[in-house]
Amino acid sequence: MQQDVNESAFHDAGQIGTASGAPLLEVQNLEVSFGEAPVLKSVSFTVNRGERVAIVGQSGSGKSTSIGAILGLLPGNGHISGGTITLDGQIISGAGEQQMRQIRGRKIGLVPQDPMSNLNPVMKVGAQIADALAAAGHRGRANIRQRAVALMTEAGIPDAARRYSQFPHEFSGGMRQRMLIAISLAGEPELLIADEPTSALDVTVQRQILDHLQTLVDARGTSLLFITHDLGLAADRTDRIIVMSEGKIVEVGTPQEILFQPQEEYTRRLVAAAPSLLATVSGVVEVMPELSEVPDTLGNPILEVKGLVKEFRLRNQRGATFLAVDNVKFSVARGTTTAIVGESGSGKTTVARIILGLENASSGEALIDGMSISGSQAQDRRALRRKVQPVFQDPYGSLDPTYSIERLIDEPLRVFKVGDRSSRQARVAQLLDQVALPRGVAQRRPNELSGGQRQRVAIARALASEPEMLICDEAVSALDVLVQEQILALLKELQDGLGLSYLFITHDLAVVRQIAHQVVVMKSGRVIEDGSVEKVFMTPEDEYTRELLGAIPGAAFAR
Amino acid sequence: MIRYAFTKLWQSALTLLLASIVVFIGVRMLPGDPARAMAGEDASPEQLAAMREQLGLNASLPHQFLTYLGNLLSGDLGNSTRTGTPVVEMIAATLPVTLWLSAYAIAIAVIVGVLFGVIAERFRGRWPEWFTNGFALIGLSVPNFWLGILAILYLAVSLGWFPASGYVDILSDPLKGLYYLTLPAIILGTSLAAVIMRQTRASMIETMSTDYVRTAKAKGLSGGRVLLRYGLRNSLIVVVTIVGLQLGGLISGAVVTERIFALPGFGKLTLDAVFTRDYPVIEAVVLIITLSYIVINLAVDVLYSVINPRIRIGGSN
Repeated sequence: MQQDVNESAFHDAGQIGTASGAPLLEVQNLEVSFGEAPVLKSVSFTVNRGERVAIVGQSGSGKSTSIGAILGLLPGNGHISGGTITLDGQIISGAGEQQMRQIRGRKIGLVPQDPMSNLNPVMKVGAQIADALAAAGHRGRANIRQRAVALMTEAGIPDAARRYSQFPHEFSGGMRQRMLIAISLAGEPELLIADEPTSALDVTVQRQILDHLQTLVDARGTSLLFITHDLGLAADRTDRIIVMSEGKIVEVGTPQEILFQPQEEYTRRLVAAAPSLLATVSGVVEVMPELSEVPDTLGNPILEVKGLVKEFRLRNQRGATFLAVDNVKFSVARGTTTAIVGESGSGKTTVARIILGLENASSGEALIDGMSISGSQAQDRRALRRKVQPVFQDPYGSLDPTYSIERLIDEPLRVFKVGDRSSRQARVAQLLDQVALPRGVAQRRPNELSGGQRQRVAIARALASEPEMLICDEAVSALDVLVQEQILALLKELQDGLGLSYLFITHDLAVVRQIAHQVVVMKSGRVIEDGSVEKVFMTPEDEYTRELLGAIPGAAFAR
Repeated sequence: MIRYAFTKLWQSALTLLLASIVVFIGVRMLPGDPARAMAGEDASPEQLAAMREQLGLNASLPHQFLTYLGNLLSGDLGNSTRTGTPVVEMIAATLPVTLWLSAYAIAIAVIVGVLFGVIAERFRGRWPEWFTNGFALIGLSVPNFWLGILAILYLAVSLGWFPASGYVDILSDPLKGLYYLTLPAIILGTSLAAVIMRQTRASMIETMSTDYVRTAKAKGLSGGRVLLRYGLRNSLIVVVTIVGLQLGGLISGAVVTERIFALPGFGKLTLDAVFTRDYPVIEAVVLIITLSYIVINLAVDVLYSVINPRIRIGGSN
């Protein structure tokens, strides 16, 4: 892989494969329609034996529809309306259910996207791998069990013999994904399709699992078709990248070609926006000066967190407690951005909730402008709440679907009894301008807007009460890269214009690089390391920080 | 787990106590006087007074209740004010009829309901779905007493396939017993089958479009296996919950059905007791019904944890 990258040989990575013999999978002029409307248009690509190919695209680009068509598992009224799919010399588009059943599992394995929803919750995991083995022609209970345990062990599940009889809910996300990988390999397929296999997992887990998957695939000589939205990940893990957008193939090339010599405008934008690549490709020196220009702290910090501790009592275990936040302290200077980085369970969201006054600290305090929300009288608390406003991760879940956009945005104004009807209307229009949404959306409802637009609405809502600080909890994690870039740009613009301070909670170090001045790395409730972004990224002191930085996909293309 | 069981038991006992208080007061608020019902319309005031004394109706209400409760705890449900027979014996004679009928009806309803529900999902938009939907509509909207009368008229009287009425003890002659109960059980089970069918269809549509069903198909499993082990198994979690809620209705349905088919069951005992203001019998009947609700709920809880492993371990989730 590394060598491939360094040899900048410009071989034709287009339609004709580079490996010897006929391609394993050949998709020609594929058109897929839902009802009458085609969603995939003349898609052609090949996967050679032993080759690793990535399909990169944003949501709605047609990458998942492509694999649905290959497996004959298109949802609803989706159907192949043109073109052919050839596997191993055999045309499989239009094949009957009976024939596809022979192909699925045995010739094409699938590692699905979300480990949480892809295992049958009421069936022991062992049984779920056993039936895949049985479908692939293995016989005999003891034999199947032995094979299943071996596969699970190979996929990196410790103590597989015991875990064989457990249920999915007893597995962590990473372990479930390993289980799904083991299942996908049960039929010894020649082609493995991995559909965003790690997008739901923490970066360090993601890296372990992808490394493992790569080893398994390499050892078997299996071809890999890797579906992802992350260009950095695709560049790291595959030999050839297919960029898709709006149901069409935009560009095909080797990772170097796509990253360093993109031919199409769309690809260029995608490369420019990819946060994981930005974090590494552009380097600190170019990005940092602009950020460092922000005036140094004037007077007292906007937020000061001192010795914050949060204990949760564990249910069903008398007296047992769990330290979600353990003696956390940091401060945020006025007009700057501090990012809290950590994986799931690190306590970063709990810290945010305490600052917002949604949760009480067990000890310690979070001071906003020198005052604590939980320690204040009702009246002061209202005033403090106006100063700090949240923007949450899920733009679908955090906006009431029955409210109009106007009502959503002016709700804080009504709650804090600011102005009258007409002045509030004017304020909503002004806020919509600020977040670059057309004023016309005021009367629409959230479900009529895209994810990025909704997040703009959430930001407008947060800005309504003229806060001094925004707490963004994974505010861009659910968005496609291009949209993510736009929202981050908007946040920077607002910071410059309004002098806002941000506390940015994220698991994505690449995003930190783009937006933050200071960074706090958390793990298991404790602050592992903190300091300026420059210092933490360039000279990380803690092993864990180094591990996190190393796990950013696309690191191989840093230099 | 032990603590869970203990809590459940305690709650059940409390429910029973409350139910018995409500019934005790409710029965005494009914218009009509059991002493007069017993002694007859022409009884003299003296006879009436003697009858009251004999029935223990002269004591204060709290006193009457405590006596009743004390007897209850020692397993004595009293004697019928109408016939003088111990209530326990009357219940022992009639309860099995109703239990057999209900169990049979539930079995039919579950088999038909789940089968039709699966068919409706598999054949969406084609005639089998229209047929099963039609069945569900009829089952839900047609009252079962009318359905019962029609069934007797056509299936029993005209065609002679089933007996129109009567009961044969299942334990002494299982085949004949089941044969006699078949028509009543079908009638009683119809609306439950309709509810189960609709519920099964709805949750099958949902589960068959989940990610794990797609993954199961991608493994190359046969359609039948995907349907049963992945689709139906998960759908049943919802179905069981709904069925549990519906079973209460089955008991009241049994009262009507027994009346139509002249079955010597619990329903008949209840109606007779209410008409004659037979306090001890009414109280016992309601207590038994309460108890059966509690037992059904417990059974549903247990069944629920059997089919849903996520709640199996002492409710840790």
